Amino acid sequence: MDIEATAPAPATPTAAERRRVYRHRLPVRVMHWINVVCLTILLMSGLNIFNAHPALYWGDDSVKAPPWLLLYGQNTAKGPVGKTRIAGTDFDTTGVLGISKVNGETTARGFPSWATIPGPQWLAMARHWHLFFAWIFVVNGIAYVLYTIFSRHLVRDLVPTRDELKHIGRSIVDHLKFRHPTGDAATRYNVLQSLTYLIVIFGLLPLVVLAGMAMSPRIDTVFTGWVNLLGGRQSARSLHFLAAMGLVLFVLVHVFEVIVAGVWNEMRSMITGWYRLPADSAKEKVHP
Amino acid sequence: MSKTFTLMRARQRDRRQLLRGAVAAAGAAVLSGCDRLSNNPAFVETLKSAQNLSHAAGRIVAPRPALAQEFSQSEVAPTFRGNGTLNPMDADYQALRQAGFAGYRLMVAGLVEKPLELSLDELRAMPSRTQITRHDCVEGWSCIGKWKGVPLGTVLDMARPLPNAKFVVFRCYDSMEGPTLDGRDSRYYESIDLDEAHHAQTILAYDLNDKALPVLNGAPLRCRVERQLGYKQAKYVRAIELVASFASIRGGKGGYWEDEGYEWYGGI
Repeated sequence: MDIEATAPAPATPTAAERRRVYRHRLPVRVMHWINVVCLTILLMSGLNIFNAHPALYWGDDSVKAPPWLLLYGQNTAKGPVGKTRIAGTDFDTTGVLGISKVNGETTARGFPSWATIPGPQWLAMARHWHLFFAWIFVVNGIAYVLYTIFSRHLVRDLVPTRDELKHIGRSIVDHLKFRHPTGDAATRYNVLQSLTYLIVIFGLLPLVVLAGMAMSPRIDTVFTGWVNLLGGRQSARSLHFLAAMGLVLFVLVHVFEVIVAGVWNEMRSMITGWYRLPADSAKEKVHP
Repeated sequence: MSKTFTLMRARQRDRRQLLRGAVAAAGAAVLSGCDRLSNNPAFVETLKSAQNLSHAAGRIVAPRPALAQEFSQSEVAPTFRGNGTLNPMDADYQALRQAGFAGYRLMVAGLVEKPLELSLDELRAMPSRTQITRHDCVEGWSCIGKWKGVPLGTVLDMARPLPNAKFVVFRCYDSMEGPTLDGRDSRYYESIDLDEAHHAQTILAYDLNDKALPVLNGAPLRCRVERQLGYKQAKYVRAIELVASFASIRGGKGGYWEDEGYEWYGGI
């Protein structure tokens, strides 16, 4: 059976509809990829640092109350078992969290070696990676925020219009059906996308930096007691970790959407800037 | 049709597998690359240079008058956690300990006009500072304790450092690697600059939580450097030496853990 022979001939997209648009300007593309490198290294070196004391607490110190998150290994009759304790409840996470293989040897460590930089448990070296790339990440982030404001990228592309906000329900349905905007609608970020980017750029990323700085004894002295705003130093360490996990979640969804929306077209647009608009067919019209 | 369809699906599956394999291989290559870089001295020096930037930024945004947070009595931990050496096995230390540290003398030497030898009684007779502060270990844990001691600046003023003195080196009693057959010195040592030494909260503490400092936490005298991490707070202090540079001391990095690869600037 030949599908094309029986189905009504689809309208051939006109040149204008399949046009290529210049979607991402050079500074945004460069800063995006610097951010990818920095966040990857910061996450993985951060997990190595976490492994030096694989427990998280609320408050100022780590001795008055038990941790709300604890990764640990335990010897049992059945052999070594990796456990993850969340709010007092233990979960068996053998092989990944608590106990994992390092070069074929069963080892007690929080996160496994394939998730950390460097691979071996090496706090001093992980800190060197983390604190070097933290500087690049912060400078890049400040440059990005200034650029979005002064190039009007923020107002023009990232802040949703009143109309877009009104149709947020429609956008949610479109997302759930994996329907992506076509034609002119595809030249703009859709409303859920803009809101997510705004939350990440002005919420999660500043939080991860602020909570990270709250762990520095010297930065803590800038205004005596400012760390209390985050609930104390150990709360700051927990928030730093949770914000990082929030960023991981964002990246997973982001990469998933890139794959669903067309990995080559999306990748090309973030490398060369040029994006080929998906054909706009009237009945498939998706509201922004 | 179904044959074409199956073939198409198979091709898609192959492509997916290929892509997944390529991503996994690229990931493994990047990781082993990072591990190789971690053993490249020039690369590591570049990474470590970030501490100079952090130190400079710290000096600008939090200059010397800025104080570390102080807590209330109710926030003090019931027992202050001990870490690192918990009881130095070195013979000279054990002899002092047996005698209740009566024979203890803090030596202040090096680039000073007036070298000093101070007993615990003399130190206790000097003006003191009491502070309830949070101790932050490089590993990630924190503990709050109440410290009483002599401001290091007061001791330095008595010894009058020479103009070329740049760093204060703390020489400690505890050997980190036990007795070594070749007699190699593995005693703990640390160093801070004069800016840190003159910070109001930098004290030589002899009391913890209103009692004489326990052996676990560095008896009879330890340093508190409240704007830096735990490994900078030398315990079991034997002598204070003022130097122009620490390059010729032991590993040359300014401290036991610094020689093991940790940053000299422990403010972050």
